[in-house]
Amino acid sequence: MRYSVLSLLANALTGQKSWKPAWRDAAPKPSYDVIIVGGGGHGLATAYYLAKEHGIRNVAVIEKGWIGSGNAGRNTTIIRSNYLLPGNEPFYEWSMKLWEGLEQDVNYNSMVSQRGVLNLCHTDAQRDAYARRANSMRMSGADSELLDQDGVRAMYPFLDFENARFPVKGGLLQRRGGTARHDAVVWGYARAADRLGVDIVQNCEVTGFIRDAQGAVVGVETNRGPIRAGKVGLAVAGSTSRLTAKLDMRLPIESHVLQAFVSEGLKPLIDGVITFGAGHFYISQSDKGGLVFGGDIDGYNSYAQRGNLPVVEDVAESGMALIPRIGRVRLLRSWGGVMDMSMDGSPIIDKTPIPGLYLNAGWCYGGFKATPASGWCFAWTLAKDAPHARNAAMRLDRFRTGHLIDEKGVGAQPNLH
Amino acid sequence: MRIPCPYCGLRDAHEFAYLGDATVKRPDPAAPGAEDAFHDYVYLRDNPAGAHKELWYHGSGCRSWVVVARDTRTHAIAGAELAREVTP
Ligand SMILES: Cc1cc2nc3c(=O)[nH]c(=O)nc-3n(C[C@H](O)[C@H](O)[C@H](O)COP(=O)(O)OP(=O)(O)OC[C@H]3O[C@@H](n4cnc5c(N)ncnc54)[C@H](O)[C@@H]3O)c2cc1C
Ligand SMILES: [Zn+2]
Repeated sequence: MRYSVLSLLANALTGQKSWKPAWRDAAPKPSYDVIIVGGGGHGLATAYYLAKEHGIRNVAVIEKGWIGSGNAGRNTTIIRSNYLLPGNEPFYEWSMKLWEGLEQDVNYNSMVSQRGVLNLCHTDAQRDAYARRANSMRMSGADSELLDQDGVRAMYPFLDFENARFPVKGGLLQRRGGTARHDAVVWGYARAADRLGVDIVQNCEVTGFIRDAQGAVVGVETNRGPIRAGKVGLAVAGSTSRLTAKLDMRLPIESHVLQAFVSEGLKPLIDGVITFGAGHFYISQSDKGGLVFGGDIDGYNSYAQRGNLPVVEDVAESGMALIPRIGRVRLLRSWGGVMDMSMDGSPIIDKTPIPGLYLNAGWCYGGFKATPASGWCFAWTLAKDAPHARNAAMRLDRFRTGHLIDEKGVGAQPNLH
Repeated sequence: MRIPCPYCGLRDAHEFAYLGDATVKRPDPAAPGAEDAFHDYVYLRDNPAGAHKELWYHGSGCRSWVVVARDTRTHAIAGAELAREVTP
């Protein structure tokens, strides 16, 4: 059924009885043209664009838990395209354009809200760096604005502008940035993919790979039996190394934990996204009223999906330094997710040296915004056996050739990206 | 998380800075195949879910490098040794 005002009214009048499940609970078939491992945002988006853009519909998304149970359902939902480099900014801007049409495209309310993302600067050097970034964004067709202190004051008068150590001097504003409802993004892609014939197989864990005599990957082993496939694409975020270890493939990735926090519900207080430029802190307010905020990764290898107290303290201190009035707000929940931190802080969307195996990984703490473009580019790479221009720089062998995409310029140290 | 520094005793992880996998070894730049060996050393990691040997620096303490054995699934720490005493 297509969702519309009419379907809403019809159901309202008939006791909401004709709604159908948004996707089928598919059992795995013996074989598919393409198997996508991982039912997060990226895996589901990939399946959707494979079916929609390339007519490849004999596709399964294999998820070990329920879809969206990984980082797709744990992130702080910020979407933006304020990157710097030629290798990544056109990709993220393409993602932003796909966000802008997503709800109509998949016929699902993903609550995409372009409420603006404001990065604050606190020194002259930081303002210069933002000016450079703002220009680079515009060269890729993104929007950007530099605000002086009065400009920021007009938006958020309650910031601690005259903070003795970190006075707020201005900011880089992307008005088209904002937030989207993470679960609804997962459900929307799942429903749209299902309607094009994609099987979404939940509670099915990939435990190994089926290889042919030449070593090519021709399927997966799962706890529900073997499933054969023409091509296998991995989109398992923080679990990537665990799966490639079964192929004796080591990757330029470390898994780290990132925490996030939500407060009790409040009346409207912060209508956009604000990031602190002098410490690790960013904040927005959900439609339910909770302040959603977070900071840096904990900084050590972890698969635990929970973090430690030093980061909690650090985030709280940074928040207080920027917005003193949140000091009396009570915390409702905190949680953690496992990030696939790459060695240059940028993702990989590529074929691998193993025939039949394709890789989508290395999203660090910023892969939610990338969901539409990641699915779109990974589908292209799977369908055409070659990258699209938009993901051409996101190669696996860039670490060998030296063509890194190191946005921060900090080197091969994942906990600094 | 508290790290049992062999020199200072059980200390809060906050006092330490993390470097990463302690099992990778800097290759000999003069050996044949050094370019590939350096690529592996600088960029590739086992990244295991389970037992992990890793380097921490006790910056707010004795300033020693410490090799910690920690489970990446639970954060449980099995032990720690001074890096200079670990035989390669
Ligand atoms: C606290 C937090 C805050 C974040 N905030 C932001 C933000 O504001 N903006 C932003 O852009 N990004 C953010 N991110 C990052 C973003 O969430 C991730 O980069 C992105 O979700 C990763 O892609 P995914 O959705 O496909 O991953 P996931 O949802 O993690 O999908 C991977 C899936 O693979 C499944 N899987 C794993 N192993 C197997 C197996 N063996 N067999 C079958 N299935 C398997 C998992 O169960 C999981 O469902 C944040 C992340 C966290 C944790
Ligand atoms: Zn010590």
